[in-house]
Amino acid sequence: MSTLAIEARNLTKKFGEITAIQDVSFAVEGGGITGLLGGNGAGKTTTISILLGLLLPSDGEVRILGCDMVRERYRALPLMNFSSPYVDLPHRLTVRENLRVYGELYSVEKPEARIAELAERLDVTTLLDRRTGQLSAGQKTRVALAKALINRPRVLLLDEPTASLDPDTADWIRTYLEDYAREEGATILLASHHMGEVERLCGHVLMMRGGGIVDRGSPADLLTRYGRSDLEEVFLDIARDRVSTVAAS
Amino acid sequence: MSELARDRAPVPGFSTRRIMAMVRRHYYLLRGSLPRILEMAYWPTVQMVIWGFVTQFFMGHSSWVANAAGILIGAVLLWDLLFRSQIGFSMCFLEEMWSRNLGHLFVSPLKPSEFVIAMMVMSLLRGIIGLLPSWVLAYVFFEFSVFSYGPGIVAFFSCLFVMGWGLGMAVIALVLRFGLGAESLAWVAIFAFAPISAVYYPVSTLPEWLQIVAWCTPSAYVFEGMRAVFIDGVFRTDLLMGAIGVNLVYLAIGAGLFAWSFASARQHGRLLQMGE
Repeated sequence: MSTLAIEARNLTKKFGEITAIQDVSFAVEGGGITGLLGGNGAGKTTTISILLGLLLPSDGEVRILGCDMVRERYRALPLMNFSSPYVDLPHRLTVRENLRVYGELYSVEKPEARIAELAERLDVTTLLDRRTGQLSAGQKTRVALAKALINRPRVLLLDEPTASLDPDTADWIRTYLEDYAREEGATILLASHHMGEVERLCGHVLMMRGGGIVDRGSPADLLTRYGRSDLEEVFLDIARDRVSTVAAS
Repeated sequence: MSELARDRAPVPGFSTRRIMAMVRRHYYLLRGSLPRILEMAYWPTVQMVIWGFVTQFFMGHSSWVANAAGILIGAVLLWDLLFRSQIGFSMCFLEEMWSRNLGHLFVSPLKPSEFVIAMMVMSLLRGIIGLLPSWVLAYVFFEFSVFSYGPGIVAFFSCLFVMGWGLGMAVIALVLRFGLGAESLAWVAIFAFAPISAVYYPVSTLPEWLQIVAWCTPSAYVFEGMRAVFIDGVFRTDLLMGAIGVNLVYLAIGAGLFAWSFASARQHGRLLQMGE
């Protein structure tokens, strides 16, 4: 039997004449954190949308925890969750109300207890009765993460999870994600522009450019392969198509 | 792998809990917003007061109205019920779009069918909240109660609610397809049905060709049925059956349009992008 938590085979998505991603294939083993890296327009959000079943691929297949996300996504959805800066929680509801609604949608047992537990761990207890729209960007990010963890997901897809956070809070979130993946044995796929974050959290990295995966490996492997000292330089090599130059040198 | 969702998770069926979660979400929204509640009750109440006085005036000047006291108020209250049903349904969806929440909702286990049923429940609750003050005031000021005409009138009420849901599904299908630029349809779509619903006059008043169109709307059966109750004191089962039959067609078309536009939104990535 497969031990893959996420499996994408030959994913292609076309919007009319525009090809957003082309022939994307990768597999993520259960447990651990995998990074999805790429510049703007590389195809990260399109890939994540297809993994979630929000977007249908033009071609190819996605399996999450063994479930085909086109035909049987309702088997997988209770076991996964996501957070993205592209979607919001209703601003007029309080944090507690939003988390309660999502607790019910995910059929969480004892949702109030789970909300209290998450609020304490993510340091949002004092925010619970404030309207979500009144929160700062950093506070909203933590609340969005609380929503993403409400059902103890086995597969967590995160798009820019530390965007707009100050370095201290961002570091604190990264520590929490590391702990969550380890304690729960969860699989996290993380799309990020923050190279330090990826180097620290991810055991495996998928590099995207122009709608395809152009390289993959552990951060250490990529640094060795490109002869660079940090992942940001690797990212620039790939984003600026300096790969052949680097390889030649 | 023993933890594979495919092997261990049952196919999640229809969930009342998820439907009630969405009802809860909109209850929270209304509870925290007095202007929203006032807006729901404002227009039906104003309409009822105006038409109540018009009725009082015509009582002394028109034998037709004098013989069927309350027919105008009844028509107004029922028309508002249809409008509230459709707008209540559509507003729940628009609230999700305005708050950019659709992406979160549809990566949760919530199914589109459960979402639609939750909107129906909310439309019913919003309709009751919006219309209750006008019903109470109609009784207090004009001694008019639609319920005094028996349970048959409640059956006609229900038909109007269902018609509102069918139209609501069609409206949100268009909003899903064309984006928030089409949201004004939620407010105006219903008025295209006003002339052919025979709200204030019998269907026979219309030109013959338009009568055929009118009988394709559930509301025409309902308002004819209402007049039969008010004027003749007769409950017309044939009109109720007609309304139910045409409503089934409206529901099927509305559900089909919604399913098509939802699939199209998944094809084009609109669920993640939609918002203010």
